[in-house]
Amino acid sequence: MPDNKSPQVTPSSVAGAGPAVTGGLADTAAAGVAVAAELAAGTDKQTSTEKARSLGQDAWRELRRSWLFWASGILLVLLILMAAWPTLFTDVDPRQADLRNHYLTGPQWSHFFQADWFGYNVQGQSVYARTVHGARASIIVGVCVTLAVTLVGGIVGMLAGYFGGWLDTVLSRLTDVFFGIPLLLGGLVLLQAFTNRTIWTVTFALTAFGWMQIARVMRGAVITQKEADFVTAARALGAGTGRILFRHILPNVLGPVIVVATIALGGYIATEATLSYLGIGLKDPTVSWGVDISASQKDLRDGPHALLMPAGFLSLTVLAFILLGDAVRDALDPKLR
Amino acid sequence: MGRFVARRLLQMIPVFIGTTLLIFLMVYSLPGDPVKAMFGSKAADPATVAKLRHDYGLDKPLIQQYWDYISGLFQGDFGQSFTGRPVADLMADAFPVTIRLALFAFAIELVVGIGLGVLTGLRRGKFLDQVVLIFTLIVVSIPVFVLGNLAQFVIGVKWKLVTPTVRDSQDLSQLILPAVVLALLSLAYVTRLTRTTVAENLRADYIRTAVAKGLPRRRVVGVHLMRNSLIPVVTFLGTDLGMLMGGAIVTEGIFNVPGVGNTLYQAVITSEGPTVVGVVTVLVLVYLVSSLVVDLLYAVLDPRIRYA
Amino acid sequence: MTTTTAKPANVPEQKGPDGGPLLEVRDLHVEFHTRDGVAKAVNGVNYSVGAGETLAVLGESGSGKSVTAQAIMGILDMPPARIPKGEILFRGQDMLKMSGEERRKIRGAKIAMIFQDALSSLNPVLSVGYQLGEMFRIHQGLSKKDAKAKAIELMDRVRIPAARERVGDYPHQFSGGMRQRIMIAMALALEPDLIIADEPTTALDVTVQAQVMDLLAELQREFNMGLILITHDLGVVADVADKIAVMYAGRIVETAPVHELYKRPAHPYTRGLLDSIPRLDQKGQELYAIKGLPPNLLNIPAGCAFSPRCPKAQDICRTEIPALHDVAERDGAAMPGRRSACHFWKETIHG
Repeated sequence: MPDNKSPQVTPSSVAGAGPAVTGGLADTAAAGVAVAAELAAGTDKQTSTEKARSLGQDAWRELRRSWLFWASGILLVLLILMAAWPTLFTDVDPRQADLRNHYLTGPQWSHFFQADWFGYNVQGQSVYARTVHGARASIIVGVCVTLAVTLVGGIVGMLAGYFGGWLDTVLSRLTDVFFGIPLLLGGLVLLQAFTNRTIWTVTFALTAFGWMQIARVMRGAVITQKEADFVTAARALGAGTGRILFRHILPNVLGPVIVVATIALGGYIATEATLSYLGIGLKDPTVSWGVDISASQKDLRDGPHALLMPAGFLSLTVLAFILLGDAVRDALDPKLR
Repeated sequence: MGRFVARRLLQMIPVFIGTTLLIFLMVYSLPGDPVKAMFGSKAADPATVAKLRHDYGLDKPLIQQYWDYISGLFQGDFGQSFTGRPVADLMADAFPVTIRLALFAFAIELVVGIGLGVLTGLRRGKFLDQVVLIFTLIVVSIPVFVLGNLAQFVIGVKWKLVTPTVRDSQDLSQLILPAVVLALLSLAYVTRLTRTTVAENLRADYIRTAVAKGLPRRRVVGVHLMRNSLIPVVTFLGTDLGMLMGGAIVTEGIFNVPGVGNTLYQAVITSEGPTVVGVVTVLVLVYLVSSLVVDLLYAVLDPRIRYA
Repeated sequence: MTTTTAKPANVPEQKGPDGGPLLEVRDLHVEFHTRDGVAKAVNGVNYSVGAGETLAVLGESGSGKSVTAQAIMGILDMPPARIPKGEILFRGQDMLKMSGEERRKIRGAKIAMIFQDALSSLNPVLSVGYQLGEMFRIHQGLSKKDAKAKAIELMDRVRIPAARERVGDYPHQFSGGMRQRIMIAMALALEPDLIIADEPTTALDVTVQAQVMDLLAELQREFNMGLILITHDLGVVADVADKIAVMYAGRIVETAPVHELYKRPAHPYTRGLLDSIPRLDQKGQELYAIKGLPPNLLNIPAGCAFSPRCPKAQDICRTEIPALHDVAERDGAAMPGRRSACHFWKETIHG
């Protein structure tokens, strides 16, 4: 999250150059093509007019007044707290089952934070406790995949974009090769090989087939920035490759990458849950929303709450990340103001 | 134009080889023995296992196996599944079903997505815009498997408006619900993409010029705005159609549609290597062709690219 | 500039059918409602143009000169813009009271506009022939084929070489000067009574600027059109304009026949603008610059808006908004067409 002092998006020297990059970002870019299409569409846009405030300050100013930002931010803080310290929210053991007394008992909406708040599942486990504890797997996978994907894709994209030539050809074709296999399918095939699937194997599988989108966005952004006048100026002043890349180009391409990564994070969480739902992601002793949704779909008729509660939290988490990404994008994109 | 196509076709060759090799390696070199899996929990006779391995060429080096597969491909041979059926037959059953479903979903996404996108893009910030925005956010956030199961439960089981699962994939009325579920996610993207580009282009200088020329609003919007705004949308739609053709694992699973997604999922779960590789090979081809078509479409729609 | 397009300063103003000028703007106000408050872009502008006459509107960016023009064209985005007060009379009829359809029929056909940046102002995905022909198809109902022939004719007229071959080309395939010629052709298409040119040469190379201005002036003479030339470039104005209106912070601060303004400005702002032109005979001296920045339209200074930057400002300037006074010679003889919105116009013009 960029704050007002973050140097990442605030080099005042390039206030005019920034919008050209952030300009074309897709709306909800879980689909890479949408990003690519819009990036391409945005290439001819004129740079913004002169401005007193720097882009970063402007973005933060804009963020602060966006209710989307606050709503999604607060939601995410709650969810992250839930993932880090689930016992803050419940002291019920999510694995403790009482089949005889609680088989698919419905929710007690007035019993706030109690074991039976969201009712019980088919094994007599507290749905509330499982929902709270399930946050951890989803959020760890989402965050770790996003970090790994940003790192891998960022490096590939930067190298391809900056150096061009044969390196770009090779890396771009490699990106194309991986793009040929959809994320869900790739994860499915790769995870099928693992009998003992953990959060980390799932993270690995999603990273292996998820890095290409960031790589493309990064490559496009670096190519645009490479041509920018301030980079030429830096080069004329004798700055080395490393300095140009990390001090001049990187800060200016982070905007779109952060936006894409934030929105994609929600997508990774959904994919992890989908894999679990298909029986090929996380497995039973692990408490996770996907596992619970998968286990309770056959009881949809008799106890919809066992599916709806984890599904609701899952959707809320995905939504929160998408909203946050949207808010950051709107803040960084002065064109639609 | 011709040179552009030729260059793109040349570029596709390494990508095709790379992607098929990648899936081949993943299927055959990762731990887990497909032949042993065929016997399930039964103890397998070592001689039978060895013979089966030999029959399927699994005793050869991987690269040799891959070579055999590719050279078979050029003679139209996708290999044989472990059940003994030719993979080509399996696909001949599955693809028509998926294509029907995909075209159905695509039609919904095209009409509703662009329609809503244009309406909201022209009226940014108004009531309808807010409603549609919330709708798209909900659709994008709810994972397909949740959405699919809920739709099936509420519309199929509770209200009994449609059959909960597809019994006859020729019957379009049975495909309505899976098609809507499949279309919803892309529909949300199309709506938002259209809305963004329409809203953005609405502020473009050339729109101001068009107004200053005294053109009626109908023409300003219908010709000047649309012609520009639909460029990214059409290219997105092209890519998306390619993806829809590749089948939908989750949606087809929920509604029991005997399409590519279902076939692929079953093959992965049962370690049916030849089927997985065969289907993915076709998917890669579809993906490559659709991205080529999208690039050409782009050039056709945008003269700045055409003559660049 | 190399040509002799300059006209005598006191061309008799040609009257519209009812005796009034072709276009008259009366006490026009435009404000923009933004999140940060109300930006008062135009605060009571009056000016008029007759047929065959050229009015140059001069000012910095943000002075309201373009907003006024857009209000005349009726192409302001409303909201956020609002016109709380004023009249825009075209041939004596208030356009602000017309229906949308009536105004649309005037746009392009009777009053046309040329924009600054031809590249972004032309539709990138439609051929120039199509965009030119559209004028005839919409306003005159011509067929596609006839419209194309007319488009070629127009391109010839603005001297685009090989018009027949290039009619199907797209805007990005033309050079900057050629694109601006296409803009001009589009504005001229239906031989309008009035053309508003909003900084038509700012985006062009200096050498091309002269050619484009000459072309515009020549065509204006030929069709006897009124021309409102919006610019911040004093050099462009001298050669083509008949009279000048200088704008600052949404008001007209001085009006004058063109050459008199250069000789004897009657407003400190105009004087500042003239003094900041580099001059050969003052080579080596430091160039004059007006101090400070243009005012924030959300918060225009009390009194004379120029007072914070004015070297001659007195107390009265900070409290009272000066009216647009008629300017007279030292001996009281009238100076037709000259007005100044300065409390101290006498001191400014007579030294």
